[in-house]
Amino acid sequence: MQRIGVFVCHCGTNIAGTVDVKAVAEALGREPSVVTSVDYQYMCSESGQNLIKDAIRDYKLTGVVVCSCSPRMHENTFRKAAAAAGLNPYMVEIANIREQCSWIHKDVAEATEKAIILGRAAIAKVQLNAPLVAGESPVIKRALVIGGGIAGIQTALDIADAGFEVDIVEKQPTIGGKMTQLDKTFPTLDCAACILTPKMVECAQNELINIYSYSEVDAVSGFVGNFSVKIRKKARYVDETKCTGCGLCTEKCPQKKVPNEFNLGMDNRRAVYIPFAQAVPKVATIDADYCTMLKTGKCGVCSKVCTAGAINYKQTDEIVERQYGAIVVATGFNPIKVDKYDEYAYGQSKDVITSLEFERLTNAAGPTSGKLLRPSDGKHPHKIVFIQCVGSRCTPEKGKSYCSKICCMYTAKHAMLTREKYPDTEVYVFYIDVRTPGKNFDEFYRRATEEYGVHYIKGMVGKVSPKADGTLEVQASDLIMNEQLRIDADLVVLAAAIEPDKSARPLATMLTASMDTNDFFTEAHPKLRPVESPTAGIFLSGACQGPKDIPETVSQAGAAAAKVIGLLAKNKLTCNPCVAHSDELLCNGCSQCANVCPYGAITYIEKEFVMPDRSKKIRRVASVNPAVCQGCGACTVTCPSGAMDLHGFSNRQIMAEVDAICK
Amino acid sequence: MQVNEQFTPTIVAFCCNWCSYAGADLSGTNRLQYPANVKIIRVPCSCRVNPMFILRAFQRGADGVIICGCHPGDCHYTTGNYYARRRTTLLFSMLDYLGIERNRTRVEWVSAAEGAKFAATMNDFVAQITELGPNRRLEDLRCRK
Repeated sequence: MQRIGVFVCHCGTNIAGTVDVKAVAEALGREPSVVTSVDYQYMCSESGQNLIKDAIRDYKLTGVVVCSCSPRMHENTFRKAAAAAGLNPYMVEIANIREQCSWIHKDVAEATEKAIILGRAAIAKVQLNAPLVAGESPVIKRALVIGGGIAGIQTALDIADAGFEVDIVEKQPTIGGKMTQLDKTFPTLDCAACILTPKMVECAQNELINIYSYSEVDAVSGFVGNFSVKIRKKARYVDETKCTGCGLCTEKCPQKKVPNEFNLGMDNRRAVYIPFAQAVPKVATIDADYCTMLKTGKCGVCSKVCTAGAINYKQTDEIVERQYGAIVVATGFNPIKVDKYDEYAYGQSKDVITSLEFERLTNAAGPTSGKLLRPSDGKHPHKIVFIQCVGSRCTPEKGKSYCSKICCMYTAKHAMLTREKYPDTEVYVFYIDVRTPGKNFDEFYRRATEEYGVHYIKGMVGKVSPKADGTLEVQASDLIMNEQLRIDADLVVLAAAIEPDKSARPLATMLTASMDTNDFFTEAHPKLRPVESPTAGIFLSGACQGPKDIPETVSQAGAAAAKVIGLLAKNKLTCNPCVAHSDELLCNGCSQCANVCPYGAITYIEKEFVMPDRSKKIRRVASVNPAVCQGCGACTVTCPSGAMDLHGFSNRQIMAEVDAICK
Repeated sequence: MQVNEQFTPTIVAFCCNWCSYAGADLSGTNRLQYPANVKIIRVPCSCRVNPMFILRAFQRGADGVIICGCHPGDCHYTTGNYYARRRTTLLFSMLDYLGIERNRTRVEWVSAAEGAKFAATMNDFVAQITELGPNRRLEDLRCRK
């Protein structure tokens, strides 16, 4: 015989204001198997909880129903109270009579009647509750960081600092990401390489950090605390352990006509290359698309000049399988392709460039050794037009609907640096709005306009037309002066919108992490859990979650690392016990449940059954891994034989609720 | 015999724990009114709603059943609401064939941020069921009190 205790909360006047709580307690007290039914001012307070604990002991309760606020609020509080009094915590049910009753109704009689019905449904359900024990799963004390840009580097360093192993997987031959291509960084104008390369070296030297460069994640399985990841180490045709990074092969390689992606194709590199001087790891890579030896079998110059004997033309992709407790996504961003905007003539004229290309042109390690020269004729430009919001804040057909966040500031930086180095150059910036909401950002922008005399013009550029004399005619409207402008510019720089890296979407599928419509990873809660993905054990760092500048990326990277450290510091994780389970006697091994399971939690086992005639028979039956199952219940509905059921939300429990409500 | 004017329908709402139940809580927090005859049953995911539960509700005298889940693509369990959508589409057309009006059943996607949408949906659904009148087709009279 069940012995149920009912506890009705007043929640001050929140509930008692509209619901006659005494009447509810009295009505529910008359339900069969209810042995005690009381009301109290604040059930969640310590004395309220003591009331529950005492009743559990005094009446030897087998189940507790609390009529109070939403279970999302205090279910855990009451479960803990029950556990403290020796009752299994999963023998507690909440009837939500605040958010879903007293707060939404005004009529006392109506609200009271509804509260009684909700109470009855909870009583009906709790009688079918089964005591559950939360399982535990071990935590593998190693983290994986996917992406080796500033976000990934900072996360890895912070995790390693706490004494945990970290692997970085980077698809490029070197870590460093976009920041390595930048010249100076706003608003302090310190040089990007000077602040980034020490961190890259730190990663390489840290014993706890393991860098998989030129590698990609191939497959992910498992769950929080116990992920298994397949990493594809792409063939670089150079033995990483032997290569000393001397660079001799990159000087001798006869294939000189390979567009250099580090300089965005503005100059060429060899088929065997080291992306830049400070690359980490400093190891050469052979580009199989251009290498004559790999394509035709005739060359082998690099192999001849390599004194370390590191060149290996027969190298193939290698798959490494590693286990991790947590995964951090730091896949970063890319500027969008701007050739689709015909009006800006990118692709028609070499002198229309993107901001990242401008960045390379002003960088001392760039194609012009830091001299600002027009790509078409190598002459110094005297009039530069910067166009903001190219593809940002657009209609979905034209580009991205969001603000790319960093463009206003880097354009102010470009304009300022240009005016500082070349005071004879006139600089125009066309903008929709100038957005500078960061520490020292607006001061920076004002310096550009006030001290450096950059012409900021509110208005969008309608057309850029290359003219016969090599200049670019920029037609634009000045919205403040309300006039049409024509500027003959020598160089036009487009502030292209940024978008998540292309690798993000397939990765999200592998990780079962969710994404928004723009392919940015979504956070578990936009305000309160900004660095966690809704999928347990997956964390977000940097621009893969949304457009971010460097200071913001670094702080988010640190926050993600702190969350990872918090997870890895635990020896065991408590699992949700409300998971699916299969009745082996009913299961016929049809595989339908496994097909709908989004987590791969269901496997099949061969099990021996003793038949009624005492003969033995081996049958294939479903088996649920409770550590992997998240308890969605998809399998329970799919199962044609009714073998699958869900703890905490069983078929009988929900049916009982339906019955109680429809009575 | 019930008189149609005073008819207050019994409505069962299955709400997924992550989006719609939270949306229902939010409409409470914002004090957005909807009729008291809507009773919510919490399920982990809209895909947990077995068509049997819906049939049972109608047998036991419910006049309308609504299932609320996360928006397509936003399911906490990635794909659960897609299963719910397919199953209910099939079930509702079958119920239609059996004579249970299509308007007695509904699937609605309500996110945790859409308290106003939850209340508006419930108001609309209750009005719709009130207009339809009591469910007599599938009600098991033996279950009547």
